[in-house]
Amino acid sequence: MKRLHRFVVLAAIMALIVGCSGQQASTDPQPGQPQQEQQTGQPSSQPEAPAEPEAPAEPEEPAAPENPEVILATTTSTVDTGLLDVLVPMFEERTGYIVKTISVGTGQALKLGENGEADVLLVHAPESEKPLVESGAVINRQLVMHNDYVIIGPPDDPAGVKGTATAAEGLKKIAEAEAIFISRGDDSGTHKKERSLWAAAGVEPGGQWYQETGQGMGATINVANEKLGYTLSDRGTYLAHKKNIDLEVVLEGDTPLLNIYHVMQVNPEKWPMVNGEGAAAFVDFMLEDEVQEIIRTFGVDKYGEPLFFPDGGKTEEELLGG
Amino acid sequence: MEMIGQGIVAALKMLASGDAELVRVTLLTIRVAGTATLLSILVGIPLGCLLALARFRGREFMISLINAGMGTPPVVAGLVVSLLLWRSGPFGYLKLMYTPTAMIFAQFIIALPLVTGFALAGIGQLNPKLQDQILALGASRWQLYWLLIREARLSLLAAIIGGFGGVISEVGASTMVGGNILGRTRVLTTATVMEVSKGNFDIAIALSIILMFLIWLVTYALTRLQQRGRPQ
Repeated sequence: MKRLHRFVVLAAIMALIVGCSGQQASTDPQPGQPQQEQQTGQPSSQPEAPAEPEAPAEPEEPAAPENPEVILATTTSTVDTGLLDVLVPMFEERTGYIVKTISVGTGQALKLGENGEADVLLVHAPESEKPLVESGAVINRQLVMHNDYVIIGPPDDPAGVKGTATAAEGLKKIAEAEAIFISRGDDSGTHKKERSLWAAAGVEPGGQWYQETGQGMGATINVANEKLGYTLSDRGTYLAHKKNIDLEVVLEGDTPLLNIYHVMQVNPEKWPMVNGEGAAAFVDFMLEDEVQEIIRTFGVDKYGEPLFFPDGGKTEEELLGG
Repeated sequence: MEMIGQGIVAALKMLASGDAELVRVTLLTIRVAGTATLLSILVGIPLGCLLALARFRGREFMISLINAGMGTPPVVAGLVVSLLLWRSGPFGYLKLMYTPTAMIFAQFIIALPLVTGFALAGIGQLNPKLQDQILALGASRWQLYWLLIREARLSLLAAIIGGFGGVISEVGASTMVGGNILGRTRVLTTATVMEVSKGNFDIAIALSIILMFLIWLVTYALTRLQQRGRPQ
């Protein structure tokens, strides 16, 4: 009897695990199969006998593209604000592609693109993007939208940033007062922007008051809030966190604080595994009128103001000039 | 304090509503950690027995590797698997990056030394005379192994609990090789990290509560198994 009980418990655990995999409508390529799939270019929609518990049946996809998988490397802000939660399912439904959204800092996203590990990039560090265009690592780079960065800090504003006209001036005051400044320190788009603002201020930040988290924007805002420090944030992430924090906007509206997002394809001619068609479809999708309209109104219901301003079809020069 | 209360309320609401996404994330968590643990049991327990019972050159060195491996940081396992599975890596053609299978690989690397190490310690702790006695009673080699495994079952179940606990709680490897992709590779731990960075602390607390409950549930089942047949 005892042995029987043991057996039943073990069987129950096994059944649970196997059962879970049965319910998972996943589309992972199966070990041993994918290479062949890739060569023949067939979507894996034929039912295959699951060899392992983690190999579930493939769902039937009407009019699935030849290579259905698109890896999108993007910045944390597009995910953390929830924008891609709206846009990606829409793109998938409309085109039959399956998007794997990898949310990392812009620096890492660009690196993934440069190495051919991703198919399409949605990033916000124009100065770092240009070398990739010039080297031919990315193609079809298009302006999608912008919003702006804000400097947030403690309400009592110990460094006296409020009332300064430019971001450079504000940062200079923070450095002079040696007020705590929390930096992303992760080579993200926001961190790159912050470095350029310090350079404009003529300050090489360092010392006890300048602290780097090496984490995403949300985590960095939380650290700044606990330490009552200043930090540079994109407006979207700030608005998403506003309900939890004491920090408030101490500086906004300066032209260098513009935060510009581009979408671009990783060059499929450089890396044969890159899904050029899927990436091109995603770029086109982001520039569609309907999608641009969604971007325009996204977040208004929740925060009372839009998080992003659509710029499809514009050039960066037009944006900065106007 | 208010936040914790809100989190518990949110957890109950999410559980009560049977939110489809939550169910999917929870099932994937069980599937990935469960498969990785099962695989590590299949390899780790025989390996542990072998290292405990066999005598060969380099045995101590191997044991030291296993023992060091018990502390494998999940991010290191994640990095190794990433390097192998990236398109530029040796197994890039398999297209396994950012799939549950990749997560299972990484978690297997984390769980294997844990299971092997505990199994090795458990079997090694048995009285060596027991072996002679069993053999003297005319048991075959396989019967001997089976009896020793039965004898060491307390330790072996501890090995399984340790391996499972190690993988279900890790976030570093899952994030790196899974990518926390909505509906595909998002598990409870990576979802918790994401919700914190989104500022949704109540959802993060709810996810944590569900994760802790899940760990307890599985551990409880294994503990029942472990303690069964113990003299009262």
